[in-house]
Amino acid sequence: MASVPEATPPTSTHSNRLVRWLDERFGWEQLVAPLRHKTVPVHKLSYWYFLGGMTLFLFMIQVLTGILLLLYYRPSANEAFESVQYIMTQVQFGWLVRSIHSWSANLMIFTAFAHMFSVLFLRAYTKPRELTWLTGMVLLFLALGFGFSGYLLPWNTLAFFATKVGTEITGQVPLIGKPLLIFLRGGEEVTGATLTRFFGFHVALLPGITTLLIATHILLIQRLGMSVPPGQEAAWKALPPNKREMPFFPNFFAHELMAWYVALGVLGALAALYPWELGSKADPFVAAPAGIRPEWYFMFMFQTLKLIPAKVGPVDGELLGIMGFGLAGLVWVLLPFLGGDRYGRRQVFIRGLGVFALAYIVCMTAYGYMAVPK
Amino acid sequence: MDHAETVTKHEPARRRLMQFLLGGGLLASAVAFLYPVLRYLVPPAATDLGGDSVVAAKVGDLKANSGKIFRFGSRPGLLVRTSDGEYRAMSAVCTHLNCTVQYRSDVREVWCACHNGFYDLNGRNVAGPPPRPLESYAVHINGDDVVVSRRRGA
Amino acid sequence: MTKADAMRREITTETHRGTLSLEPLCLYVSVVALACLLLPACLFAQAQPQIAKSSCVECHSAFPEPTGVTEAQWAADIHAQKGLTCASCHGGDPSEPSPEGAMSKKAGFRGKPKRNEIPAMCAKCHADGAYMRQYNPSLRTDQFAQYQTSVHGKRLAHGDTKVAVCIDCHSVHGIRPSREPRSTVNPLNVANTCSRCHSDAAYMKDYKIKTDQFAGYSASVHHEAMVVRGDLSAPTCTTCHGNHGAAPPGVASVENVCSTCHVFQAQLFDISPHKAAFAAMGTGSCITCHSNHRIVHPTDAMVGTGNEAVCTNCHATADPGFVAAGQIHDDLSKLDESLKRSDEVLDKAERSGMEVSQARIDEAQGRDSLIKARVTVHSFQPGKVEQDTQAGMKIADKTYKAGLQALAERDYRRKGLGLTLITIVAVLIGLWMYIRQIESRNQSGGS
Repeated sequence: MASVPEATPPTSTHSNRLVRWLDERFGWEQLVAPLRHKTVPVHKLSYWYFLGGMTLFLFMIQVLTGILLLLYYRPSANEAFESVQYIMTQVQFGWLVRSIHSWSANLMIFTAFAHMFSVLFLRAYTKPRELTWLTGMVLLFLALGFGFSGYLLPWNTLAFFATKVGTEITGQVPLIGKPLLIFLRGGEEVTGATLTRFFGFHVALLPGITTLLIATHILLIQRLGMSVPPGQEAAWKALPPNKREMPFFPNFFAHELMAWYVALGVLGALAALYPWELGSKADPFVAAPAGIRPEWYFMFMFQTLKLIPAKVGPVDGELLGIMGFGLAGLVWVLLPFLGGDRYGRRQVFIRGLGVFALAYIVCMTAYGYMAVPK
Repeated sequence: MDHAETVTKHEPARRRLMQFLLGGGLLASAVAFLYPVLRYLVPPAATDLGGDSVVAAKVGDLKANSGKIFRFGSRPGLLVRTSDGEYRAMSAVCTHLNCTVQYRSDVREVWCACHNGFYDLNGRNVAGPPPRPLESYAVHINGDDVVVSRRRGA
Repeated sequence: MTKADAMRREITTETHRGTLSLEPLCLYVSVVALACLLLPACLFAQAQPQIAKSSCVECHSAFPEPTGVTEAQWAADIHAQKGLTCASCHGGDPSEPSPEGAMSKKAGFRGKPKRNEIPAMCAKCHADGAYMRQYNPSLRTDQFAQYQTSVHGKRLAHGDTKVAVCIDCHSVHGIRPSREPRSTVNPLNVANTCSRCHSDAAYMKDYKIKTDQFAGYSASVHHEAMVVRGDLSAPTCTTCHGNHGAAPPGVASVENVCSTCHVFQAQLFDISPHKAAFAAMGTGSCITCHSNHRIVHPTDAMVGTGNEAVCTNCHATADPGFVAAGQIHDDLSKLDESLKRSDEVLDKAERSGMEVSQARIDEAQGRDSLIKARVTVHSFQPGKVEQDTQAGMKIADKTYKAGLQALAERDYRRKGLGLTLITIVAVLIGLWMYIRQIESRNQSGGS
């Protein structure tokens, strides 16, 4: 009778008992070794490195508060508003969970944009980091999708009409616009079916895709290491002894933890001092109230569309605006492939484009808020 | 003592302070975060959401030929038990100037005390200033509960 | 084969059911198109009532006022729509093309009726039950009888032709039924119609009555209900004065007239000390305080002993009525203040983000009490008014407490926030110290 020779069980010599236990079963040490060696470059612009982790942290807050909200929220047109009212008034600390969820959503989108722009200006998207940029851009669009779908869920008047207008604009896209509108709305009009659908997007579809993409994004970052801004990189190349780094564990992580705690404090303060309002229950048969507008992160597009005249030559103005933004989005996603070499001349042009885009977004958003009477 | 010695002399005390602040702070902040979450997980006593369907009363609460005001969403509703024992329910907000109506057992009609408006048991305005009927609601008996809900459809 | 042939070959297709060729198709399309063009015209033609052709209108439509009558005007008249002609009132022969033939005495031409003959002339049909039944069985037929009891009717019988006759209110030649919005006797337009004479100081100078009624009414709450809020059941001139039997209600009957709508106020007034007092004084009950035409929205300042109060018009300082008026005013003010106070607190709580919907519902009940108390004023008994205001005060108290509770909850949240922030700051300081430590260790111990 032949017997399979048994391999000798692995042994570990780590000082910590728990780590030994894990190591002998998971190969723990081998797994975490790269992390132990991970370093973060230290230079004037190192603080920008926090933004990515901050976005991730806020996303984790969203997942946690979102799961808590799921315990009480009801996604039907008849009960959605009342269930949010219930959470705000009857559930212990429901007001806190809901307000943190709403505020953190806005902060997360803000940090996502800031992260994207900082990567742009620090030229961290160039070869070999094209895929990181690509996954990042998709994550940004997913974040906006989270914002758009989540906004409808409380089923109040503002949300209802903002969704109506937003999906209406989507319907203007040529060829695929109408099928896309019907897909989003779950029908021709915004109804309870839209709410259920948006709920499905918000808690299942988008989180699933986002988790996969975040994993890919982080994996790529771990594999490729932290990018150093071009000027700094050149300086260090000239004088290698000047290169400064800090270990990720525990140094950089301790810094990052500080930032995350500050974020927690800010969120708590916002939730307690400026709780998110309930509004009034959506009624599809009432006329849209004056001053309907989307959330701030869509404002610049909304304001642009409002400013474009009804007809530009033979083309419909709104269509032109939508196509314009579509084209801009496509160019943005393809920037690493359009920019060429990291130190090339085209990079200056891209920096100019970045400054213009940032200024445009900021000014249009501000304009949108000033123009609409509150 | 030079600077280095001063540093090393204070180091244990400083280290203890740091450990206290960090460990204690982490623990305290964890408690501050966990406490609301744990409280949140416990469902509150009142499980009724209100909205489009409400338990207005228990069977047996109302005698025949009497009425009761209950909360329906953010407005008052009127539940009437007719002299035949049937239940009727309607909005209790008078369509004239929004006073709260009541059931009059002497005339067997719904009455608004502010300006003497009358409605029949279907909510139709029959006398006085009210210009429109009261929105009528559907009533179902669900075991021990009298459930009032908004009418669907046409 | 020519190109046309080739095209025709292409268009002619063979299917299971046979071929589809071009020429019949053209024919079908033309017929359908023609039908589509003609159909609306047919429908439109059917919608109009048939107005009989008459030579009268053919000539008179070219004349200016007062003998001019246009086609459009006459077509809008209910009489024309029911098939009557000019001859029905004026006599003559509308089929005759010439003026001599159409307006001949032989054809029974009566010409323009005299003003004092007009009511009787209209009554020839409108007071005939059997005749009117042919057209609208539910129309009243007592207008002429009523008219004869009115001030207008009586004065006309005595020879005064300045008073209103049928055509002054209903217009002539373009008479619309009163339910049509453009009718001169539609409730929305009645006051304007009456004021054509009754606000004309020059026209009315021989009569001993004022001409400020329309101006007063236009400022009144009844006018606002009708015109601004669109409540067609709101009173206009004819509601209180009657339409055909128009006369001012007598002093004794003013209360009866007002109480057809204002039931509670009248019931309370009847058991109040004012009823006997006003009857003795010979003043109309309701209008003594509220005026007859310029009835404005009453305010709490109207009752009491202040500047705008009407009570002090009769009541001297410190007489029982004066005292009662003061008490009633104080009760109302107290409840109003109390409700305002709780409203402010709830507003504050709501602005801070607290949810106070239950208290808002209760607040509405409190406001109901104030509305009821303001009706109970007409009993002029402080005890009765106090009953209503006390109920309201209880509710206002309850909602005020709810508001304070909401603010307390808000403060509790802020305290919780403060404590949490302290723990966060502790962690931040701890982390900072930790970082300093490990960095100094790195530097001193070497990397």
